[in-house]
Amino acid sequence: MIKELHQKLINKEITSEQLTLDYLMRIEEKDKDIFAYLTLTKDLALEQARKVDAKISRGEKIGLLEGIPGAIKDNLCISGVRTTAASKILDNYIAPYDATVIKKLKEVGAVFLGKTNLDELAMGSSTENSAYGVTKNPLDLTRVSGGSSGGSAAAVAAGEAVWALGTDTGGSIREPASFCGVVGLKPTYGRVSRYGAIAMASSLDQIGPLTKSVEDAAIILSVIAGQDNLDATSAHSTGKDYTKYLTGEVQGLRIGIVAEYIDGLGEKEKKSILEVIEKYKKLGAEILEIELPYAKYSLATYYIIQPCEVSSNLARYDGIKYGLSVDDEKDSGIKEIGMPKKLLETYLDSRQYGLGKEVKRRIMLGTYALSAGYYDAYYLKAQKVRTLIKKDFEKAFEKVDLILAPTAPTPAFKLGEKTDDPLQMYLADMFSITANIVGVPAISVPGPEVEVDGKKLPFGFQLMAKWFDEENLLRAAHAYEINK
Amino acid sequence: MISKDEVKHVAGLARIGVTEKELEGFSHDLSATLDWIKQLDEVDATKILPTAHITGMNDISREDNIGSFINREKIVELFPESKNGYAKVKSVL
Repeated sequence: MIKELHQKLINKEITSEQLTLDYLMRIEEKDKDIFAYLTLTKDLALEQARKVDAKISRGEKIGLLEGIPGAIKDNLCISGVRTTAASKILDNYIAPYDATVIKKLKEVGAVFLGKTNLDELAMGSSTENSAYGVTKNPLDLTRVSGGSSGGSAAAVAAGEAVWALGTDTGGSIREPASFCGVVGLKPTYGRVSRYGAIAMASSLDQIGPLTKSVEDAAIILSVIAGQDNLDATSAHSTGKDYTKYLTGEVQGLRIGIVAEYIDGLGEKEKKSILEVIEKYKKLGAEILEIELPYAKYSLATYYIIQPCEVSSNLARYDGIKYGLSVDDEKDSGIKEIGMPKKLLETYLDSRQYGLGKEVKRRIMLGTYALSAGYYDAYYLKAQKVRTLIKKDFEKAFEKVDLILAPTAPTPAFKLGEKTDDPLQMYLADMFSITANIVGVPAISVPGPEVEVDGKKLPFGFQLMAKWFDEENLLRAAHAYEINK
Repeated sequence: MISKDEVKHVAGLARIGVTEKELEGFSHDLSATLDWIKQLDEVDATKILPTAHITGMNDISREDNIGSFINREKIVELFPESKNGYAKVKSVL
């Protein structure tokens, strides 16, 4: 889609300003019902678009993404733009700097339409945890858009953005992509700089694109990938054009499947994934059964590591440096030795009123697991199991190039269906979370739709590749997409 | 089972004010999650080394040079309370 629009721009069939206005108009029409956006950056978008138009009219060459309007998840900082991460604690936060991914996108002349909704501070699987309201699924407004990057997925699916950025800590790009029928890519941990992404669980977080096609995802990744001095975990790699690997074939690729992943699905979902496997066979890939004996512990491992890192990362929201600051003048009843009451009450009140229920749950779970006497039993144990899961993948990747799995156990569920039971909500990530635990790149691609209550709903499948092998990941995803 | 008293203690450590009513809910939710996490007890990992960083990168270092931040005043504007361009903190002693 990006290439087509790029052609239209350089053929002068449309200006970037007109394209941007078209998208802004569609947002105005549709977003009342969907609520994909928290903030629109109309002035910034039009300014960016006009610059590109001026370049085109001067006869200068423009890049592929130049002048193409997209959306940014609201946990990524754009300088001078309100960045809330869908939390009341950052309600008044105007980012004073650009995230590295934003800086890179600005450098290539991409246009930003606005900031998209998410589960508060990226914790959730349905965008129902947003402090500002839920993002509905554009394909069925009674269903969730997925989460936490639900706003980004919905915006792309509804034609309210050509492309979008999301973040993925346990499936937050891929699960909403599957629910909304778009492509969602979580790159290898370290492939993309996390500088300027509002930190959640630092050993798992990664930024990636949500797009209409695999080619578009490759275009965005080519821009945002690369080492960055501002993120010491970013890996050495830069300047790669990932679209070069989209050959349209999978000859010689070995794709692993895990029997339990497929057998555990409902009948309709199973049928969908089996069709994908058949397609890959027909395209010439070799399908091999593999075993990942420890992968079933990924979700439990995640719900120790993630809350622990959350507990530490979110200590920054203290009502002192920035964000919401509250002192309700009431005694909280919490006795803490070692600090004056007034200071303690500001911490307690700012966080009590500023943070939502799920975020508090995770902070407390992590604080508990890290508290005196429990460290070995929880965090250290989880890190050890993480090693075992990683070894499973290392062994599997001796035999196969890619692993194929469902993205989520079901298509988009109904609004409110899982909000009363946090554990049920966590299970929505059972297939996606492993890629974060082991750090490998993974992509969700729309597969055959699944019928629920007489309605066909999108259902994504997921490919995982070796660490830093986005080339084969995108190659295989693209081959399916253009041959389906 | 995490008791209400334990939740209150953890809430204090986490610096989160909680109402009496919330204590009940958190006690239930945290207990349920911790029970579910117990499945890791099945795994014997005593001799396994922990993984903190997944891609096994080495430390990246750079010169520790002092630089100026171009948007200083924008950071000052974000302080809930400020005085003479500095963040005003509640008394800490």
